[in-house]
Amino acid sequence: MAVFSTNEFKAGLKVLLDNDPCSILENEYVKPGKGQAFNRVKLRNLLNGRVWERTFKSGDTLDGADVTESNMEYLYSDGEFWHFMKTDGSFEQIAADKNAVGDTINWLKEQEVYIVMVWNEAPISVTPPNFIELVVTQTDPGLRGDTATGGSKPATLSSGAIVKVPLFVEEGDILRVDTRSGEYVSRAKK
Amino acid sequence: MTRWQPTASLVALQARADLNRVIRHFFAQRGVLEVETPLLCAAAGTDPALEPLQALYATSPGAKAVCRFLQTSPEFAMKRLLAAGAGPIYQLCKAFRGGERGRRHNPEFTMLEWYRPGFSLTELMDEVEALLREALALPAAVAVARSSYAELFQRHLDIDPHRLPLADLRTLTLQRLFIAADALQTRADCLDLLYGHCIEQTLLEPVFIFDYPREQAALARVGLDAEGRMVARRFELVMRGMEIANGYDELCDAGEQAARFASDRRHRAARDLPDLQPDARLLASLEAGLPASAGVALGVDRLLMLRLGSQDIAEVLAFPFDVA
Repeated sequence: MAVFSTNEFKAGLKVLLDNDPCSILENEYVKPGKGQAFNRVKLRNLLNGRVWERTFKSGDTLDGADVTESNMEYLYSDGEFWHFMKTDGSFEQIAADKNAVGDTINWLKEQEVYIVMVWNEAPISVTPPNFIELVVTQTDPGLRGDTATGGSKPATLSSGAIVKVPLFVEEGDILRVDTRSGEYVSRAKK
Repeated sequence: MTRWQPTASLVALQARADLNRVIRHFFAQRGVLEVETPLLCAAAGTDPALEPLQALYATSPGAKAVCRFLQTSPEFAMKRLLAAGAGPIYQLCKAFRGGERGRRHNPEFTMLEWYRPGFSLTELMDEVEALLREALALPAAVAVARSSYAELFQRHLDIDPHRLPLADLRTLTLQRLFIAADALQTRADCLDLLYGHCIEQTLLEPVFIFDYPREQAALARVGLDAEGRMVARRFELVMRGMEIANGYDELCDAGEQAARFASDRRHRAARDLPDLQPDARLLASLEAGLPASAGVALGVDRLLMLRLGSQDIAEVLAFPFDVA
């Protein structure tokens, strides 16, 4: 695997730090006073999503991390693993565990395409599309005539996620939801 | 597409031209002589923290080339002019430093350097402040503070940076930031990192920092401060968390200068950096006699960043290194 020096650290570069794969977010060259130069680097740990701030002597190196991202269609879950298939025509399948799926478990829908990040041949994260359409499986009936007040109520979606929705939403409606904020966007056409 | 357009706006280009006019007018009024010295030098500064760029010179194509250096600052040549009796002088020129590229650094940058024979550091700080006020049109109500390096560390980190033992400095540095412990070889390493991580960004209003640790003396004299600590007679002007200028009570002693060259070369060897020959012409001029002087170098690009509120030096450079 390639080795990268601090002057090659660019946003998006994947490196190994403390044996974990990380993505570089920011790299600032700092040279205080008359001394040596340093690089103040922000990295996201790709295994747990935490942001680390580390300082390196300029010219220090880190090993690159063999991390790839590919579009994959969600197939099914067997209870222990969630199975995805590449959409590049290879039909290659991969099984992601609970840690890799993480919060995306709330936004899983069969045949939807997700970005699966793979490190050393094992999936480490699954990113949903920014917007997804899901069916309402349970919500209390809204009060008729109360649509103008902008009230909201909880609704359970087919993926298991619970989102706040306007009172006029009914069971069986298809909703467009922003997966980044977990917020209702609109009612999609049936 | 090959990027050919400048990264600086027309407004920034005009502001630079205007700032150059302000600077030249400022020194003309004060009777300081503008000088020019070579950018291509036979000897470079030996400072282990600065990497001079090399240029190859051949008398004819194919002839054996000799190595010259692009200056890291015009200091040595200007001191030779001082020793020759030039009196107060200033220079607006390019300086070059290898590897320095970031939001506040470009490997080729514009430096304003000036020397004042007979000035104390306080008098020179007064003059830098006057130029800063004029260049940025600072209202009189904006104070330019002055704080010793020790006061600053006392206030922000509650330590005496001159006396705290190296082991304690290391522990504190490792508490304050994540860095490999083997990067902290010297007191200067720890102090620079603590300053850079815990203090520098908080210094938004203009402030002069003076009396640095003696190991950061570079080309400044050393002396005792009011509390009997050996300090380097240097100052830096910091504003918006960024070093703007760096001034010295200039070292005039040829023997001490030769010793510092030797010490720099030992540090270079220890860090596997290329060896550099001391500037024999500078040493000869010091032996002939350099008048007691205070001198300062100011980053013109950074001053322009302050003037325009820029976050990145590329905004004030027509063509920064990546598109030069």
